[in-house]
Amino acid sequence: MSTDTPAPAASQSDKYLAVQRSDEFAGLRRALRGFVFPMTVAFFLWYALYVILSAYARDFMGTKLFGSNINVALVFGLLQFVSTFLIAWLYSRYADRKIDPVADRIRAEIGEVTHENGPRG
Amino acid sequence: MRTVHAADMLLAAEAGNHTARNLTITLFLVFVAVTLAITIWASRQTKTATDFYAGGRSFSGFQNGMAIGGDYMSAASFLGIAGIIALYGYDGFLYSIGFLVAWLVALLLVAELLRNSGRYTMADVLAFRMRQRPVRTAAAVSTITVSIFYLLAQMVGAGALVALLLGIKPGTTFLGMDAATAKVATIIMVGALMIIYVTVGGMKGTTYVQIVKAFLLMSGALLMTVLVLAKYNFNLSELLGAAAASSGKGDRLLEPGLRYGVEVAGNATQTFYNKMDLLSLGIALVLGTAGLPHILIRFYTVPTAKAARKSVLWAIGIIGTFYLLTLALGFGAAALVGGEAITAQDKAGNTAAPQLAEALGLEFFGGELGGAALLAIIAAVAFATILAVVAGLTLASSSSLAHDFYANVLKKGETSERQEVRVARISALVIGAISILLSIYAQNLNVAFLVALAFAVAASGNLPAILYSLFWRRFNTSGAVWAIYGGLLSAVLLVFFSPVVSGAATSMFPDHDWQWFPLSNPGILSIPFGFLCGWLGTIVSKEHDEEKYAELEVRALTGSGAH
Repeated sequence: MSTDTPAPAASQSDKYLAVQRSDEFAGLRRALRGFVFPMTVAFFLWYALYVILSAYARDFMGTKLFGSNINVALVFGLLQFVSTFLIAWLYSRYADRKIDPVADRIRAEIGEVTHENGPRG
Repeated sequence: MRTVHAADMLLAAEAGNHTARNLTITLFLVFVAVTLAITIWASRQTKTATDFYAGGRSFSGFQNGMAIGGDYMSAASFLGIAGIIALYGYDGFLYSIGFLVAWLVALLLVAELLRNSGRYTMADVLAFRMRQRPVRTAAAVSTITVSIFYLLAQMVGAGALVALLLGIKPGTTFLGMDAATAKVATIIMVGALMIIYVTVGGMKGTTYVQIVKAFLLMSGALLMTVLVLAKYNFNLSELLGAAAASSGKGDRLLEPGLRYGVEVAGNATQTFYNKMDLLSLGIALVLGTAGLPHILIRFYTVPTAKAARKSVLWAIGIIGTFYLLTLALGFGAAALVGGEAITAQDKAGNTAAPQLAEALGLEFFGGELGGAALLAIIAAVAFATILAVVAGLTLASSSSLAHDFYANVLKKGETSERQEVRVARISALVIGAISILLSIYAQNLNVAFLVALAFAVAASGNLPAILYSLFWRRFNTSGAVWAIYGGLLSAVLLVFFSPVVSGAATSMFPDHDWQWFPLSNPGILSIPFGFLCGWLGTIVSKEHDEEKYAELEVRALTGSGAH
């Protein structure tokens, strides 16, 4: 955009390529993917289990607990809330400690960049 | 347990009708006046394209979290889920769990990376390392389709609600309008207001409208929940027992299976389809949220990826709390209003929450006047809810039309910022006008399924394209285009040939029958199909830009060069 100052495009994309191939960046990528991929699989399977039980294990889900009107289905549903809040909190803690410091360091190393080489967003 | 029976309700309604109606309208006008004032204020702060599309990226994580809640918690989640819980019990809860868990996809895989690498629209990320024109065209088509489906469901819903919420009965009039005229007037009014919010206030105005709405909705739901729980001595089991007893469904109300995955005795095939339909709905709800364009553009309104993360954390807290409250509202309505009285007002149960408000007001705030007052408050909150959501949808589709289609496809990036924002404002007007006309045409059709369809399209077309873009080195233009069109078309076509459109009494066109696809929800097929298309489209093309991928990945993960 109008506020961008022109820069030699080649040097900038070389810079990004070099960063992407650096060990430090590989570590950042590993730290991020190592958390978010397994966690996504985990919560998706946990949710799928809940939906499948709701569809196919009606008797089990209807079992009443503690001699009250609270049944397994309700507790299972509430546990989905608990797990969602828990995963969100775990991720935020993990990102604060393991991702943000590395990302900030790499960004500082790259320094000022212009958008001439980016999309005309 | 004392149940407010239909007859009592009717008596109270007759006496309190006038008071409630006047109060509803007064409160609603106050909301409109306040939000219009905010919109005009916001328009003075809106100078650049970044101001118009992204609210100047000046919102805090908490503000954006509230706005996300306001953008996401539609009338379908408030009135709809409370109604489903009231009538079908547990199955409504299942719906809200899908809506909540979905936020983990946005938090873990999408929000921060999108914030770092995009600028104004979903297509900024999709087209980053691709050929601009085909990808942006596909993204604009998908964004506008999803948003218009969603808009239609909200606007037709608003029209259907007005007669119920204002108590306009057959044969009576309000300001000289009968129920049918009031319906059309409401659709036009909702459409006109959303156009004003977006064209005048841009993202800043829309965001504040959503924040105010989220605050009102949470306060209203919280107040009603406390009253419901107080009525049952803060004992959940007692509430559930009373709900089961008054619902007419007994303990079945507390178990899955009254609405979704219904077991049809003696018909194993239909039972199988019903259960597949439940799984299909569940998958689309969880995977759809992170592909909804009006949600995605909210991540651009904060200054950094860290703030985007904070806003999703707040949103998860707010939305999760809200869905827990709807559990109490739904079962509270079943217990205190009763299944019979709810279906007497609206077969789909959309008036369960307002009816519960009236019953609670009667009980706790001194009889009829209290009942009328609480009913009016909740009815006004429901209208505020609809307005905030439709404004977000209009903004998302007009941004995409102006930024993706006009500026980058038609003008190939050669246009001024001023001109682009002018086109965005005109687009909002055009999309708003089209939505009003379509809604008036569809006002008597059953279009409630359009919300689920919007989620299915978002999960089948947009999400594969976004995830491949961010995480798959090899992904290219052809893959992105195939994923978006493949997912979009398969979801829309399957639904077109499903029982929600034709061939059943509850269909959009009940008098026609071209149905052959047995499920109402296409996700279980269309989502894998969308991912498959993205993969296949990628491997049949040799195109690959290693340098641009390096730039995208480094920028997405580190925030270097973020707008």
